[in-house]
Amino acid sequence: MNIFAPKRFVWLAVLALFVLSSAPAAAQIFNPETFTLKNGMQVVVISNHRAPVVQHMVWYKVGSADEAPGESGIAHLLEHLMFKGTKNFGPGEFSGAVARNGGRENAFTSFDYTAYFQTIAKDRLEMVMRMEADRMTNLLINADQVAPERDVVLEERRSRVDNEPGAQLSEQVGAAMYLNYPYRRPIIGWEHEIRALDVDRILAFYKKYYAPNNAILVVEGDVTVDELRPLAEKYYGAIPRGPDIERARTTEPPARADRRVVLAHERVTQSSWSRRYLAPSDHYGKSEITPALQVLAEILGGGPSSRLHTKLVLEDKIALAAGAFYGPDDLGPSVFGFYVSPKPGVDMTSIEAAAMNEVTRVLNDGVTDAEVAQAIERMRDTAVFARDNFGTASRVFGSALTSGSTVEFVEGWLDRIGAVDAAAVKAAGEYVLKGTHHVTAELLNKPQS
Amino acid sequence: MISTQRFTLRLTTFVIGAMCAFILIATTPAFAVQVERVVSKGGIEAWLIRDHSNPITTMKFTFRGGAALDPVGKEGLADLAASTIDEGAGDMDSNTFQQTLDARSISISFDAGLDTFQGTLRTLNKNRDKAFDMLRLALTEPRFDADPVARIRAQILSKIEQDQEDPGYQARRKAMETAFKGHPYARSSSGTLESVAQITRDDLKGFVARRFARDNLLIGVVGDIQADELKGLLDAAFSGLPAKAAPWEVAKIKPDLSAGVDITPMKVGQSAIQFAQPGISRDDPDFYTAYVLNYIVGGGTFVSRLYDEVREKRGLAYSIYSYLMPMDAGAAIMGGSGTANARAGETVATIRDVWAKFAAKGPTVSELTDAKTYLTGAFPLRFTSSSSIAATLVAMQEDGLGIDYIDKRNAFIEAVTFEDAKRVAKSLYQPDKLRFFIAGEPEGLPTE
Repeated sequence: MNIFAPKRFVWLAVLALFVLSSAPAAAQIFNPETFTLKNGMQVVVISNHRAPVVQHMVWYKVGSADEAPGESGIAHLLEHLMFKGTKNFGPGEFSGAVARNGGRENAFTSFDYTAYFQTIAKDRLEMVMRMEADRMTNLLINADQVAPERDVVLEERRSRVDNEPGAQLSEQVGAAMYLNYPYRRPIIGWEHEIRALDVDRILAFYKKYYAPNNAILVVEGDVTVDELRPLAEKYYGAIPRGPDIERARTTEPPARADRRVVLAHERVTQSSWSRRYLAPSDHYGKSEITPALQVLAEILGGGPSSRLHTKLVLEDKIALAAGAFYGPDDLGPSVFGFYVSPKPGVDMTSIEAAAMNEVTRVLNDGVTDAEVAQAIERMRDTAVFARDNFGTASRVFGSALTSGSTVEFVEGWLDRIGAVDAAAVKAAGEYVLKGTHHVTAELLNKPQS
Repeated sequence: MISTQRFTLRLTTFVIGAMCAFILIATTPAFAVQVERVVSKGGIEAWLIRDHSNPITTMKFTFRGGAALDPVGKEGLADLAASTIDEGAGDMDSNTFQQTLDARSISISFDAGLDTFQGTLRTLNKNRDKAFDMLRLALTEPRFDADPVARIRAQILSKIEQDQEDPGYQARRKAMETAFKGHPYARSSSGTLESVAQITRDDLKGFVARRFARDNLLIGVVGDIQADELKGLLDAAFSGLPAKAAPWEVAKIKPDLSAGVDITPMKVGQSAIQFAQPGISRDDPDFYTAYVLNYIVGGGTFVSRLYDEVREKRGLAYSIYSYLMPMDAGAAIMGGSGTANARAGETVATIRDVWAKFAAKGPTVSELTDAKTYLTGAFPLRFTSSSSIAATLVAMQEDGLGIDYIDKRNAFIEAVTFEDAKRVAKSLYQPDKLRFFIAGEPEGLPTE
C-alpha cells in the first residue's frame, strides 16, 4: 500500500484494506446464525436470498504464522496441493465437478488462516459440501505431484515478489517490523525454504491442522440455517474430532531502535515513503483501544477529506498520494502506518517531515469532535455497502473467527466504533505513536548505470 | 491483511475478459429477473432491476465512443477527462466537490475504455437526490481548474512511467500495437508521457461537449428504487446534456498477425508472455460457439487445456489464460502467462501445441458438454451484487441484445452443436497467426 497508484486506485486500496481488515462491517447488519457441531466445528450461516446462489467456505485456523521455523510457505503450498485429489476423488475431479455445475472456486492463505470456497447454484450446495468435507481428511498426494506444484508456487513468487520491487521491499519491511513474531516471514515463504518442502513435511502439517475442531464452515447466500444444519451434520459432523490444537505464538519484545529499510531499484519510477508502528489488535496487546485507532486512521488518512491527503496532496502539493492504514483483525500484533507518494523532485526528507508533522499535530492537539463524528458516519455507511457485496460477510466472519473473534464481537463493531470520542482517539494515538520505535521504508529509483 | 490468493491473476483476467469480451448472463428455470424499461419525461431511458435488499441505489452508464477517438497527439484525453470531471463542478471547487461526496459516502467514478466512456454512481438512498445532482454537475459543468488537473495529470504520468517498467503491461501493449497496427486500437488509452502533457483545458472542455449526449447514452440501474422515482432522477442528472454527440467513426480492422515471437528486453526474472491471434466479432453468428470454445481452451479457472498442459502437468506458470476480445471495430483472441526466463521456450512451445491440436481436432464431446453446463450454470452468479447486475444491464444495451436477453441467453449457449464447435475451432483457431509478445529475458526460443 506504499506503492503509488492513481487516485481512484488509492481510495480503492484503502477501502479494500478497510473492508478486509477493519470493517467487520457488521453491527446487526449481517445477522448471521451460528451453531457448533459435536466434533467442535463451528458453522456460520448468513442468509441472503437475492439470487439462488450460495458461497460455501471452509476456513482453517492455520496460516503462515503457524509454520515451524524452516518451513515457511508450507501452509500456502498445502493450499495448492489440496486440489490434487483424495482417496475418493482423483486429481482434478473436484474442480471438474464444480466447473461442470457452473460453480467458481478458489482458495487463499494468510498469516492466520487458510480458506477454500465455492460459489455455486444453491441446489449444488450438497455436492460441494460432500467433496470439501472429503478433502479435510482424505487428501492423497505424492512426490510427483508436489514437484510441479512447487514450481507453480515459485512462479507465483516470481510474479508477485521477484518481479515487483515494491513487493521485495514489503518483505524486508515485514522482517524488520516484527522482531520475534512470525508475521516477519512472508506468507508465500522464502524461496530457499519453499524449495526444501517435501511431501512428508506437507502431509505432517496437513494431519496436524486439518480437522473439524480446527475449522469453521461459513455459508452465505440463498440458504437458511434449518436447511444447512442437516447437511453440515451429515458431511462435516461425520468427521472425527482431532487432537486439540494450541496456537503457540511468540510475542514481541519492545523495539529498542528505529529502523529504516531502503530499496533503490532500477525499475522503480515512482518513489514512496512509509512509516509503521507496532499496534494492538483485537487479540493482541491493549485491545480496548482498537476502535479508536480505526477512527484515527480514518481521520488521518482514510479518504479525500483526510488530514494527510488535505495537507500533503492538496495544500502543500508535495505528494501525489498520502494516507494511513490500520486493521485490528489479526491474531497477533498489528501495524499502524502512514504512506506518501512524493511528487517528482520532492526529497524524502521533506516528505517525512510533512507526514510526521501531521502525526505530531494529533499527538499535541488531538482531533475535533466533528472529525470523529464524520469518520464514524462514513464507517457506518461502509457497513451498509458491505452487505450489498456478496461474499463480504463470509470473508468478514471467516477471517475474524479464525483469528480469535466471536460472531457477537464482529456484530458489535459499529457499537464499539460509535462509542469512540475525541479524547479516546488522542489517547490511542499517544499509546501507539508516542515514543514507540518505528520502521521507515523508502522505495527509490536507482539510476541505470 | 495480505492474502496470497492462488488465482488473483485469473480473477483479474476474468474481469478483463468480461469487460472486453461480452457479458456472461444466462438463465436457469429457477431464476427469473424482471428488467423494466424506464423512460423519463425528458426521454432518458434506463433499464432497471428493482432490488430491495439494501437501501442503496447503483447506476452504471455508458457513452458510446471511447479513447479510440482521442485525437492523434492527444492520446489519453478520454482517460484524463474521466479522472478530472469529478474534480470540481459548478460553483464547487475540487475540494468542496470531493468532500461533499465523501461526507455522504457517495461514490461517482468514470472510466475510459477504447469503445466507451463509462460512469458509476453508488449511493445510500438517503443521499440519492444529492448524488444525482452531483453527477449532473460533473457531466454538465465540470470546471477543470488548473490545480486539480495538474495534480491528476501528475498521477497519470507517474502511472505511465510505472507501466513502462511493468513486464505484463509491456507484453500486452506490444500485442495491441502489433495486432492493431496503424489503428486507434493500437494506442494506449492512458496515452503517452508526451501526449498527456499536451492535453489542455480546452481539450477537456471540448471532450465533454462532444462526447456526453443523450443519443449515445445507455443506463442500467439496480436498487431499492421505484420506476417513478428513477424517472425524476434521470432527468435531474442527464436532461441537461445535448441531444446529440459529435459524430464519430472508428474504421474496421482485422488484426494482421503471423506466427512468431516479439521480445521486449527487460531485466526481470520472470518473462511476461502475451499471445494474440485474430478474433471474432460480437455480432458474428458463430460468436456463442467461439465463446464456448474459448472456455475450453483457456477460459476456465481450474479446467482448461492451457491450464492442464502449462500449469498442471508441467508447472511452467502460475497464471495461464485466454479470452475473447471483441471490440466494436475489430476483434482478437488474447491470452497470457508468466514463466521463469529459462522456461519461456518450453512454455511457448506448449501453448502453440495446444493451439495446433485444438485447431486440428476441436473439442471432445465431453469438453463441449462440460463447457455448456458451466456457462449456463454459472448464470446466477452474475446477479449477486448491485454493481455486476448494473454492468450487465448496460452491456446488454451496448451489444444490442434486447431487454429479454437474460431469459434467452442460455438457449444461445445450448444451441451450440458439436458440428458447430468442430467447424469453428478449425476456422477460428489459427496457429499460423498466433503471435507471442514477451517482456523479459526469455531463453530457449528459436531465433527468427
